[in-house]
Amino acid sequence: MAQLTPAGEAGAASQPIDAAALAKDFPLLSREIHGRPITFLDSAASSQRPTAVLDAMRNYDETTHANVHRGVYTIAEEATRRFEGARAAVGRFIGAPVPSREVVFTKNATEALNLVVHSWGRANLGPGDAVVLTEMEHHANIVPWQMLAAERGIELRWLDVDDEGQLVLDNLDQILDGAKALSVTCMSNVLGTLNPIPQLAEAAHAAGAILIADACQSVPHLPTDVTALGADFVAFSGHKMCGPTGIGVLWGRESLLETLPPFLGGGEMILDVRRDGFTPNDIPWRFEAGTPPITEAIGLGAAVTYLEGVGMEAIRAHDIALTRYALAAFAQRFGSALTVFGPSDPEARGGVLSFAFGDVHPHDISQILDEYGVCVRAGHHCAKPLMRRLGVPATARASFALYNDEDDVDTLVDALEAAGRFFA
Amino acid sequence: MPGLEDLYREIILDHYRSPRNRGELESPPAVRVEGFNPLCGDEIVVTLDVDDGILQDIKIGGTGCSISQSSASLMSAAVKGRPLAEVYEVISTFKRMMSIHEASLPGEGSDPGATGDEGVDEPEAIDVAALGELAALQGVVKFPVRIKCATLSWNTLTQGLDEAASPASST
Repeated sequence: MAQLTPAGEAGAASQPIDAAALAKDFPLLSREIHGRPITFLDSAASSQRPTAVLDAMRNYDETTHANVHRGVYTIAEEATRRFEGARAAVGRFIGAPVPSREVVFTKNATEALNLVVHSWGRANLGPGDAVVLTEMEHHANIVPWQMLAAERGIELRWLDVDDEGQLVLDNLDQILDGAKALSVTCMSNVLGTLNPIPQLAEAAHAAGAILIADACQSVPHLPTDVTALGADFVAFSGHKMCGPTGIGVLWGRESLLETLPPFLGGGEMILDVRRDGFTPNDIPWRFEAGTPPITEAIGLGAAVTYLEGVGMEAIRAHDIALTRYALAAFAQRFGSALTVFGPSDPEARGGVLSFAFGDVHPHDISQILDEYGVCVRAGHHCAKPLMRRLGVPATARASFALYNDEDDVDTLVDALEAAGRFFA
Repeated sequence: MPGLEDLYREIILDHYRSPRNRGELESPPAVRVEGFNPLCGDEIVVTLDVDDGILQDIKIGGTGCSISQSSASLMSAAVKGRPLAEVYEVISTFKRMMSIHEASLPGEGSDPGATGDEGVDEPEAIDVAALGELAALQGVVKFPVRIKCATLSWNTLTQGLDEAASPASST
């Protein structure tokens, strides 16, 4: 395994991480694009994987693979142990009180949110019931609710976003009044805004509603303790936290999960099947119909171990420092020609910078930047209601991870200047 | 390896900066159609006036990148005032220019060794010269993700012509 800089290991949160050294753990980052070193600034869409993750997956495939929870032979037993070990590691990573029962593996965060909507929603929501969403949600936390709303006659209410990219909470109690659920992102994938989840959870619970947290962007970048968040469900994806695609997680409060009906039906999720019906399995397997993504779960387990080795406090400090540097560099080089959406205080946001640059379309920005080996996302980021609120069809977005450093920001700024010249 | 100059030809940048036939016709009587590119959020509004078998007028609204906007502008200039048969001919030729190139692109990534240089097996079925300024867009096919940008307005126009031809149309 490549060197794991134990920067945050000792708990010394102020010890900065050595991003350039960490980048060497990620084979893809040694690639060149159009003859230049790659500058990967799209980790909010999907992050790269370190050798530790790739090795763990390959090692499992080469030495241990068999179906889980089935056979009694040695490798089947080992596979089950490694799969459940990954569940335990993920649970530990997010502070789950009961990892073995509360961590549900899904295909991705989208499936995790759909699981909540279909399982909890169908069991608990009927005509006239209200669910509260926010204007900054990803489509994955909007569309499943809209589908259920259309079917069940559920009312969807919305928390607005202000000009600083913060949720408008003045009328929170009023909006929550009579609602059954508040489903909200921990960190906007467009604005970087960090929402006050504990406060929102408290208000939701006071109103008799549950809180569902979309933690896709926050779990990879901030220390996460589901108990401290106060959420009832927390959803996130493996591939944004240095893990593989094809694996996501739904954490649910044990007492709540126990009350829920299954989501998908099939093998694994049952205890017994008769001609006249079936008895569902215990949690968490009740929600894991079919053979799960075993290799991917083991990869995710290795990813959280890697992140713990770097230290989540250190990663958060790194994101703040890099965001501060980038905001200053943007302001210095481009002044008012470049607008960053979302909170201006780096401490109040994650390392996700969506911006407008003159009147150059984000698609064109991204195209020119690619010529310089710089990977940024251009588009609506699966958040069209938010795009409408911002009054733009799309934005360009640069997002940071533990392997990015100030040189990456400098390369971005130089490439942006070239894009500005091109379309001047 | 395709360079940016293949994509951003001077004609394209000109039409992007100074779009032709910009705006909206009053609808009704004009047919109004919206097109969306779900990939990037671009939206285009095509309003058109068909009378006597001729595309009498066309206007383009909406927002988008340089490729989608210039393609729409070039399209409007190419089809405005022409008999429908000719309009369909231009649409067909343009779409073939996009799709045939698309089909002949190497399947995997942008390997610098696998340049599908357009001179090598130029499809004989397409009379690129007949496309006039529209031929400037042929470089787009070397950037597969951008093809949808270039074809957005054309698909929207096709939809508008269909609506104009249908008896249920407001015109």
